[in-house]
Amino acid sequence: MAFESLTDKFKSIFKKLKGESYLTEKNMDEMLKSIRLALLDADVNYKVVKEFVNSVKEKAVGQEVFKKVNPSQMITKIVHDEIEKLLGSDDSEIKYPTSRPIVIMLCGLQGTGKTTTAGKLAKYLQEKLNKKTILAACDIYRPAAIDQLEQIAKQVNATFFSLGKENPVTIAKQAKEKAFNEHYDAVILDTAGRLQIDEQLMEELLNIKKEVTPDEILLLVDAASGQDSINVALEFNNKLGLTGCIMSKLDGDARGGASLSIRHLTNVPIKFAGVGEKLTDLDAFHPDRMADRILGMGDIVSLVEKVQDEIDEDEMKKEADKMMTGEFTLDDMLAQMKKVKRLGSLSGILKMIPGMPSISDEQKERAEQEMKNFEVIINSMTKEERQNPSILKNSRKIRIAKGSGKTSYDINKVIKKYEQMKEMTKKLKQYRKSGGKGLPPGFNFPGMK
Amino acid sequence: MGLFSFLKNKFSKKESSNTILTYDKGLKKAKKAFTDEINSLSNDDSIPSNYFDKLEEILLEADIGVTLVTDIINNLSKVIKENKIRSLKDANEALIDVMFKDYSKEEQLLSDIKFDNKPTVLLVVGVNGVGKTTTIAKLANRYLKQGKSVMLAAADTFRAGAIEQLKEWGNRLHIDVITGEANSDPASVAYKGAKLAREKNIDLLIVDTAGRLQTKVNLMNELAKISRVISKEIPNAPHETFLVLDATTGQNGVIQAKAFNEATKISGAVITKMDGTSKGGILLAIRHDLNIPVRFIGLGEGIDDLKEFDINQYLHGLCIGE
Repeated sequence: MAFESLTDKFKSIFKKLKGESYLTEKNMDEMLKSIRLALLDADVNYKVVKEFVNSVKEKAVGQEVFKKVNPSQMITKIVHDEIEKLLGSDDSEIKYPTSRPIVIMLCGLQGTGKTTTAGKLAKYLQEKLNKKTILAACDIYRPAAIDQLEQIAKQVNATFFSLGKENPVTIAKQAKEKAFNEHYDAVILDTAGRLQIDEQLMEELLNIKKEVTPDEILLLVDAASGQDSINVALEFNNKLGLTGCIMSKLDGDARGGASLSIRHLTNVPIKFAGVGEKLTDLDAFHPDRMADRILGMGDIVSLVEKVQDEIDEDEMKKEADKMMTGEFTLDDMLAQMKKVKRLGSLSGILKMIPGMPSISDEQKERAEQEMKNFEVIINSMTKEERQNPSILKNSRKIRIAKGSGKTSYDINKVIKKYEQMKEMTKKLKQYRKSGGKGLPPGFNFPGMK
Repeated sequence: MGLFSFLKNKFSKKESSNTILTYDKGLKKAKKAFTDEINSLSNDDSIPSNYFDKLEEILLEADIGVTLVTDIINNLSKVIKENKIRSLKDANEALIDVMFKDYSKEEQLLSDIKFDNKPTVLLVVGVNGVGKTTTIAKLANRYLKQGKSVMLAAADTFRAGAIEQLKEWGNRLHIDVITGEANSDPASVAYKGAKLAREKNIDLLIVDTAGRLQTKVNLMNELAKISRVISKEIPNAPHETFLVLDATTGQNGVIQAKAFNEATKISGAVITKMDGTSKGGILLAIRHDLNIPVRFIGLGEGIDDLKEFDINQYLHGLCIGE
C-alpha cells in the first residue's frame, strides 16, 4: 500500500538534508508532511494530526541538530519522543484500595473485546496480584454474553456473578455487595457494548456508576479503529469520566493511532494492551513500542535509534554524575538499567565513569542477563515498594515472585544489589565531597562481579 | 450537472423511501458534518476558496484513507476545471460522480445472493468483534422472509459462548443450527453442515467462523481448509464468501480485506455498525484497491436492521445528505 512508497520518500528526504545544523521551518517541512501521512495512515484523527504536527514543529524550530544526523532524522526523533511522552504517564497504573475490594467497570462499543478483556484482567488480578476476583455479567442484551463470561470465569478461576437478565444496575450493585461482604479483593463489571450516541444505554452506565462508584472506568478501544474513535472516547469520557483505556487487538497489524488521538484530546491514560486471544495476553501499555508502531516505519525507527545513541552519549555523562550524587531508589536503578538496555551494552555507560576498569564480554553478558531479571522483578513491585524497598517483607516478596515468575531468592538478589549500589553511591558521594576524583580505591561496581 | 448520472441510473436500482430513511438515520452525523461545514463556507452557492481543504478533512475523517482521498480530490478538481463548474451544488454533485465512478468501475452491482445452486453455501469471515454472528442471523432472517429454507453451521468452535449465541438465534428464527463440540475442528462442523444441508435439500447454508486477526497465519490457513472441505461435499461451494467489517475500522480494513481475500476468495463485504457515528469510508478504499463490493450494511442490533448496500445512497448520505 501507501507504505513502501512512504519509506522510499523518507530516504530521499534524508539524503537531501545532510549537514544543516539547526531545525528550521524549511528544512523540516517536507519531512513533517511525510510524518503527517504516516500518522493519518495509522488512523490518528485528522485534527489531532494537524495540532500535533504543528505543536511539534513549534517546539522544534531552532533546535540544534545533533552531529551525524540531518534535520529530517532529528525531527523524526522529536516526533517519536513526543508521541512516547504523550502516551506515557504516571497515571497509567491502577491504584488498589487497601482495605476494600476494587471495583472496575469495563465499557465500550460492541465488539471491542470487553468480555475477553474482563477475563484477562481477572486472570491478571488473581494470578499476578493474588487478588480474589468476581466477574459480574452486566451485559444482558447480547445473546449468550452471559454464557461467554461464565465460561471465561471458569477458565481463570474467578467467581462468576450473574442475575440473568435482571437490570444491570441491580447486578452491579449486588456483585459489589457480594465482593464487600465476602471479602473479595476485586470485582469486574462486564457491561454490554453500546454506541456512544445511544442515550438510553449511556444512561444505564451512568446509573451503574452512581450506584457502585467504580474505582476504575476503563474504555475498550480496538487497535484497528478509525477516525471516529475520538468521538467515542470523548462521549464516554464526558458522560462517565473515564479513568483509563485498554487498547485491544494489538496482536494484529493495525497501527493503533487511536491511542494518540484519545490521549491528546481527552488526556485519559492507556492502562493496558490486549495482545492476543489467550487469557494471559494482557500487557502493561508500552508507550515506546506504541510510538514505534504509530510511526510504523522499521528503518525510520532504527534511524531514530541512531539519533538516540548520539544523544545518549551526552545524556549519559550527566546521568553518571547524577547517579553518584542523588538519592537512589529502585526506580532509579530501573531507569538506569533501561537506559543501558537501550544502548544495547553496559560498556557504554561504564566508560563514562572515570576510572572504571574495562570488563570482559562474558562479564557484560552475565550482567545484562541479570539486568533483565531485575527489570522483570522491579516491574512486578508497586510504586511504594520501589520508592521504599525497606518495606519488602516476606508476604510482599512472595507476591512479587509470583507476579514476575521468579523465586524469592532472585528477589533477595535484587534487594541486595540495590543496597550495594546505594551504599556505593553514598561512598562515592562522600569521596567526591572530600575532593576525590574518579572512583575511590577498592570501589567495586555492583553487577560486575 | 450530473456527468455520470446516466451511469448511476444504469448501475444502481431505485430504492424505496424506506431504505433512504434508514440510510439517513444511519448517516445523520455524516450529513450534518458535511452540509453544515461546507455550506457555511459559502452564502451565495459559489465554490469557497477553502473548499478542497475542507473536503479533504471531511473525507479523511470518514476513514477513506489518505491515498484515495488525494485521488478523489485530484479527479474532482480536474472535472471542475474541465466542466467550468462554478456553483457549490454542482461541485458537490461532481464529487459524488467522481466517487461513484471510482466505486462502480462501470460494473453491474448486485447485493442479494443468487440462488443458482441448491444448497447455496455462504461462508462468513472476519476479524474478532465485527459482528459476524449477528450478521448471519440477519441474513438468515432476510432469506427466510423471502421463503427460502436456511440452515446455520457454527464453525466458530473457539470463542467462549459463540456456539450458544448462534444457537440462540437459531431458536428465535426456528431454524437448524449444526454444531460440534467446543474447540473441535471447525472444518468438521462445516462439513457436517454441508452434508446435512444437501441431504435436507436446504436453499441456503450459512457457515459462521471464528473471528481471527489476519496476522494469524494458522487461523488464516484454517479458513482455506474450511472452504476446501465444504467443496468436497458440495462442488463449487462456498458460492459466496462474505467478509464482515466493522464501520469503525480504520486503514487496517484494507489490509484485513486483502489478507482474507488471499486466504479464501471474498465475494462481498458486509459493513456492520453503520448506525453509529463512523462513516465506514474504508469500504471505498477496499473497493478501489481490491475490487471487493459491499453487499449489505448493518444498521442496528435488531434482526431487521440489515439493508442492501446502495452506493448512490451511501455517497449522498456521506457527501450531501439530501
